Amino acid sequence: MARSDVQLMLDVKAGDEQSFALLLQRYRSPLVNFLYRMVRNREQAEDLAQEVFIRVYRARADYVPSAKFTTWLFRIATNLALNSLRDTRHARMEISLDAPVSADAEDGDERMMDVADKHPDIEQHLVEEARKAMIRHAIDKLPEKQRAAVLLHKYQELDYGEIAKILSCSESALKSLLFRAYEALRVELAPLVARG
Amino acid sequence: MSCGRMEKQMMPFVDGRLKASEQREVEAHLAACAACRVRVNEFRAVSGLLDELPQIEPSGAFDARVRARVAAEPVKRSWWAVFAPSPRAAFAASMLLLATIWVGSHSSKVNPIDAGSNGTTAQSGIDPNDLPVLENYDILANFEPLEDLPQPVQGDDSDEVDGNQAM
Repeated sequence: MARSDVQLMLDVKAGDEQSFALLLQRYRSPLVNFLYRMVRNREQAEDLAQEVFIRVYRARADYVPSAKFTTWLFRIATNLALNSLRDTRHARMEISLDAPVSADAEDGDERMMDVADKHPDIEQHLVEEARKAMIRHAIDKLPEKQRAAVLLHKYQELDYGEIAKILSCSESALKSLLFRAYEALRVELAPLVARG
Repeated sequence: MSCGRMEKQMMPFVDGRLKASEQREVEAHLAACAACRVRVNEFRAVSGLLDELPQIEPSGAFDARVRARVAAEPVKRSWWAVFAPSPRAAFAASMLLLATIWVGSHSSKVNPIDAGSNGTTAQSGIDPNDLPVLENYDILANFEPLEDLPQPVQGDDSDEVDGNQAM
């Protein structure tokens, strides 16, 4: 039977490095994906995910299982992502003035390779990629806290209580936050929503 | 239920995370409110669109980089570890303790008080029975400043004796 996150963390606290490797294996992909969708830069997302794991490791001696491990983990990740977005806001605004509205340079490179390698129907593929780019752009346009709420809710499938703790708000406020976020996405993605 | 109150219940309803009683309440509102019904359907569509975004995989070097950073972390010792001496420090402390005991035991053999006595009590230190003898040292008897002090008052016993005699 797999050990729970809390048990693994308590084992890390007791000096078991192997348990830390298991936590790394369990959460590296969810963390990198969450951070990538928050900061929209793969390299930066991996740097931030590394920082999350290092902070968890540094805090092992003082770890007390007072909340779910994922709440603690994603709280660290969310705070790091929000700080990083604030720190790089000025630089991103300068880039966005020159960049196409829905293009992501990194994803654009990946698309070009995919087109040549995997998709004989280029037109269909371009339509799909444009659709994904539109969805990404709609998420990117959300205010940072709303974006974090949507990503934690949709992709990490955390319950409302956990997300509220991560974002330091009440459950009631979180439900309003999610409503506003989905309302904004509904408006932004109206052409796709109408097509179904 | 009003449309305003429905706002907070809409996402939990779409997620299927409402309690049975709340679920019935929302369903009753949706049956009567076309606008909220449309919105719920569109929220479901948005949720479906979000599922279309692919997951990314961390790069191959990710784990190695985390492990390298963990390995570079200084070994953290607990606060109590301050009181856990190293073998070298423990040996030094033991030697210091032994030396203190040895010096202490030898210094008692050259106690100046014992050295001044006839030598028969040299090993035992000062005997309380010797105190009257010590008070009669010549140096105290001939100590001039003591002569200026007032003479000690006679004890109450003698007064009482005198009083009894007077009666």
